[in-house]
Amino acid sequence: MSDAITFTIDGKTVRGKPGQTIMEAADEAGIYIPRLCYLSHLAAHGSCRVCTVQVNGRPQTACTQPIAEGMTVENDTEALRQVRRDIVEMLFVEGNHYCMFCEASGNCELQALAYRLGITAPKYPYMFPSRDVDASHPDIFIDRNRCVLCGRCVSASRDLDGKTVFEFVGRGPDKRIAVNAEARLSDTELDITDQAVEVCPVGAILKKRVGYTVPIGQRKFDHTPIGSDIEARAAQAEEN
Amino acid sequence: MAKPKVATTSLAGCFGCHMSILDIDERILDLIELVDFDKSPVDDIKTFTGRCAIGLIEGGCSNDENVHVLQDFRKHCDVLIALGDCATMGGIPAMRNTLPLKECLDEAYLNGPTVYNPDRCIPNDAELPLLLDKVYPVQHVVKIDYFLPGCPPSADTIWQTLVALLNNKPLDLPYELIKYD
Ligand code: SF4
Ligand code: SF4
Ligand code: FES
Repeated sequence: MSDAITFTIDGKTVRGKPGQTIMEAADEAGIYIPRLCYLSHLAAHGSCRVCTVQVNGRPQTACTQPIAEGMTVENDTEALRQVRRDIVEMLFVEGNHYCMFCEASGNCELQALAYRLGITAPKYPYMFPSRDVDASHPDIFIDRNRCVLCGRCVSASRDLDGKTVFEFVGRGPDKRIAVNAEARLSDTELDITDQAVEVCPVGAILKKRVGYTVPIGQRKFDHTPIGSDIEARAAQAEEN
Repeated sequence: MAKPKVATTSLAGCFGCHMSILDIDERILDLIELVDFDKSPVDDIKTFTGRCAIGLIEGGCSNDENVHVLQDFRKHCDVLIALGDCATMGGIPAMRNTLPLKECLDEAYLNGPTVYNPDRCIPNDAELPLLLDKVYPVQHVVKIDYFLPGCPPSADTIWQTLVALLNNKPLDLPYELIKYD
């Protein structure tokens, strides 16, 4: 491969293609960089900062930073793990995350990140904000208590469904996910088959009447840490 | 040498975490070889008889009595462990935290669909613990040394934690034993 770009992640040589981001090249090489807002088939939003890596000594988001010849990337260091723990802990205290009855529990990417990072409890005080639930739609509901403002539903609705059902409103602590209608989710064009319904990393956009169908012990992250699927590619990548 | 002592309590919890302590099954026999229980619902000792190595706290603080018990545990225990989600983040009782306390009492005693209360009386006896404005996770009130999340934490989680701490080993729980549900 003559047009390959060679760089290192935690000292390991990685070869990527021009135009790839650090995240894309790392995924192909079987190196897991923790992430929350990034999803490979959506435009990178760069909002959650969980994927922060050190690029030639400077912090950058791996999901938006293009690779360059000879760059040095640090990913799995204690300092960066601490940054990621801080971010995840802030997300927990800023919302209302009652995992014990959440339909997403066991399959939730925020929870799985906390497990992988070894968080037993956030070090920040809980804020217990007032957030609302919109269950007006016959097939889908939004529980804003659990929204982490990742933007996936916004991108998916706009770019994959061509509908722009979701958009952010407000700033700072008042920022929230809003729907493109006079009032409620039931007034939008959102349909149960939309991609926007599939992409939420947490239990904020959920389909009705399908909760708790997978028993505890058989859910996605019950036994396997998030990112294991990517890391399993490492052996294969080595062979190529 | 006298055995180290363990104390336990349930504040604003459902006793589920205590059930999980009992769920260590026959290992409870090994446990009583290792430790004596001090103040705890397990042996019904109501007041501390001395210094304890470990205190296990189930539930958060919903009223003033919870706060006093928690402070008493901090005073008497070398190591304090928040046991379960209610201790760690308030749990189900903390769902009232986004509502004014008056609204909760009105719903429970006056307006709820199954309420029968012809005198329209909201309990307010001096003997009753005073409700706090919110339910507080225990680390909002005293210093906590270890957190074992879970609703409840599994018996294995509790067992491995006690064995590690009582043998002065670092607490290094495997992936499967830290769960929030
Ligand atoms: S969305 Fe995830 S972190 Fe939040 S309550 Fe549900 S399972 Fe827990
Ligand atoms: S509703 Fe879900 S997908 Fe949309 S911003 Fe919130 S967490 Fe992200
Ligand atoms: S995954 Fe890169 S900023 Fe969220």
